[in-house]
Amino acid sequence: MDPGSLKIMSEQFTKTTARNIFIGGSLFFILLFLALTMGTVRALPQRDHRENITPMVALGKKIWENNNCIGCHTLLGEGGYFAPELGNVYQRRGGAQGGKEFIKGWIQSMPTGIKGRRQMPQFNLSEQELEAIAEFLKWTSEINTAQWPPNIEG
Amino acid sequence: MTYQSQSVAKPYFIAALGLFTGQIVFGLIMGLQYVVGDFLFPYIPFNVARMVHTNLLIVWLLFGFMGASYYLVPEESETELHSPQLALALFWIFLVAGALTILGYLLVPYAALAKMTGNDLLPTMGREFLEQPTITKIGIVVVCLGFLYNIAMTVLKGRKTVISMILLGGLLGLALLFLFAFYNPVNLVLDKFFWWWVVHLWVEGVWELILGAILSFILIKVTGVDREIIEKWLYVIISMTLITGIIGTGHHYFWIGTPEYWQWWGSIFSAMEPIPFFMMVVFAFNMINRRRRNHPNKAATLWALGTAVMAFLGAGIWGFMHTLSPVNYYTHGSQITAAHGHLAFFGAYAMIVMAIISYAMPLLRGHGATSGVWSQRFEVWSFWLMTGSMIAITLFLTGAGILQVHLQRMASPPTPFMETQNQIHLFYWLREWAGLFFLLGLILYLTSFFAGRKNLAPSS
Repeated sequence: MDPGSLKIMSEQFTKTTARNIFIGGSLFFILLFLALTMGTVRALPQRDHRENITPMVALGKKIWENNNCIGCHTLLGEGGYFAPELGNVYQRRGGAQGGKEFIKGWIQSMPTGIKGRRQMPQFNLSEQELEAIAEFLKWTSEINTAQWPPNIEG
Repeated sequence: MTYQSQSVAKPYFIAALGLFTGQIVFGLIMGLQYVVGDFLFPYIPFNVARMVHTNLLIVWLLFGFMGASYYLVPEESETELHSPQLALALFWIFLVAGALTILGYLLVPYAALAKMTGNDLLPTMGREFLEQPTITKIGIVVVCLGFLYNIAMTVLKGRKTVISMILLGGLLGLALLFLFAFYNPVNLVLDKFFWWWVVHLWVEGVWELILGAILSFILIKVTGVDREIIEKWLYVIISMTLITGIIGTGHHYFWIGTPEYWQWWGSIFSAMEPIPFFMMVVFAFNMINRRRRNHPNKAATLWALGTAVMAFLGAGIWGFMHTLSPVNYYTHGSQITAAHGHLAFFGAYAMIVMAIISYAMPLLRGHGATSGVWSQRFEVWSFWLMTGSMIAITLFLTGAGILQVHLQRMASPPTPFMETQNQIHLFYWLREWAGLFFLLGLILYLTSFFAGRKNLAPSS
C-alpha cells in the first residue's frame, strides 16, 4: 500500500483535527454509555427479581466469594472454565424437586479423591452456610438471562 | 538514556520479568490440572493456581507500564523525573504487597485469607481477577496515586507531547476505573455489570491508550519518522479504540441478566473493535517503511511490529470470532473465550511490555543501543518461540472450544460438562506441550540479558 494514498497522511488532515475527533468522539460515547447504563439500571428490577434477595441469598453470595468458587466454576458464563456452569445448577439438579439438597450434599461430599479426576476442595461449611449457598444459586437460576445457557448442561 | 532518573525503570522491568516467569509456571500447573485433575491437590487447588496466574499477569503488566512510564516520560518531557526516590519507594511497596498477597493465596485457604484481612468490613474479594484482599486493593490505589502524581508532575514541568499526555490519560483512566473494584453490591447482576467497568474498560479501553503511547514512543525512536505524523496516527487509533470499545462493553451484557437491547449495541460496536487494531498494524508497518534510520536494535523493532500484528490477531480477529450475540450464545464461557484471552493479552500487553524492555534495557544498562550480537540473537529466537507457542496454544484451545461448544451446547442430547472435558483431553495435552515451548522461549528471553555485553556500535 502506498502510504501517500492514505487519507490520514494527507496534509489537510491535521493533528488538531485528529485530536478533536478523539475528544469529541470519546465524550459522545461516554455519555451514550452512561445513558444506556441508566436505562439498564432502571430495567433491572424486573429481570433480577431483587425482591427475592433474602438475607440467606446475601449470605450465600458472601460464602460464594469467600471461597473463591469463581476460580473454577463459571456463573452465568463468567469465571473459571475448569468446572461446570452453576448459574443453572439448581434447575439441572432437580429444581424444586431436590435441587437444593443435591447442591448441599455435593459440596459436603467433596473431594471425591478419585485418582486422576479433577478435585473440588472440602470447604467445611456449616449447615446454615450450605443452605445459604443453595439459596443463592436458586436465586441466580431465576435471573432473566435472555435464555442463556442454550441447554440444561450449561 | 538521556536523563539520570530514567534509571528507576530498571527495577520495574526486572520485577515485571520475574513475575511473568511465575505466571507462566502457574499456567503450566493449571494446564496439567486440566488433564491430570488431581495434580498437586490439595496443596494447590485449581482456583488458587488460576488466581496466581491471572493476578501475576495483571501485576507484571502494571510493573511494565510503570517502568515504561518512568523511562519514556522524562525523555518526552525533556526533564528529570519529579521524584526518583518516590518511584523507588513505591516500587518496593508494590513488590512487597504483591508478594505477600501471592503468598497469602498459596499458604492459607482463601476463606481464611478473607477472614484475616477483614473482608467482612468491605467485601470486595472472590470476584474474578479482583480476588486481592481489600487491603491489597487499597494498596494498589495508593501506589497508583503516588505513581500518577510523580508522572503528572514531570509532564507538567516539562515539554508536553501527545505521547506523554495520552499515556497520562490512560494511566488516569486505569486508576479511576479501578475504584469500581470496591463496589460489590449484594445483587449479582449489578455486581457483574459494574465489574466489567474495571475489566473491560481496562483492557479494551484505557490500557489501549497506554499501549498506543508506548508503541508510538518506540516507533519514533527506531524509525526517526517525524513526530507530527506518528502523533496524528496515535490520535486516530485511540479515537477508534474508545468510539468502538466503550459501547463495545455491551458484548459482556448479553447473558448476565441485562436487557436484550445490549445484544444489538454490544454486537455492532464490538464488531468494530478490530478496526483500531488493524490501524495499528498499518501504522507500525508504514512507519517502518518510511524510516529515516536503521536502528541497530532489531529485536526491539521486531517486538514492536509483533505487538501490532499479534494484538490485531488476538484482540481483533479472535475477539470478533465470538463477539456477535448469536455466536456468543453458544461460545460464552467456553474454551473459545480462553483462546481469545490468551492471544489478546499476550499480543497486546505482554508484547508491548517486552518491546519497551527490549528497547530500553540496553540503554539502561549502559550498553549502548543494543547489548551486542548474542543478546540480539537470543531475543529474536525468543520472539519467534514465544509468539509461535502462543499461537499454538490459541489454536489448540480454539479446537477444544469448537468441540466443547458442539458437544455440550449444540449436540442433541447435549453432553454433560465433565464428559465433554474428557473428550477434549487431546487438545489440552497439546496446549500443555505448547506451553512448555513458551516457557523455553521465555528462558531464552531472560538469557538474552545475561548474554548482554557493552556494545558501542554506532547508533544513529
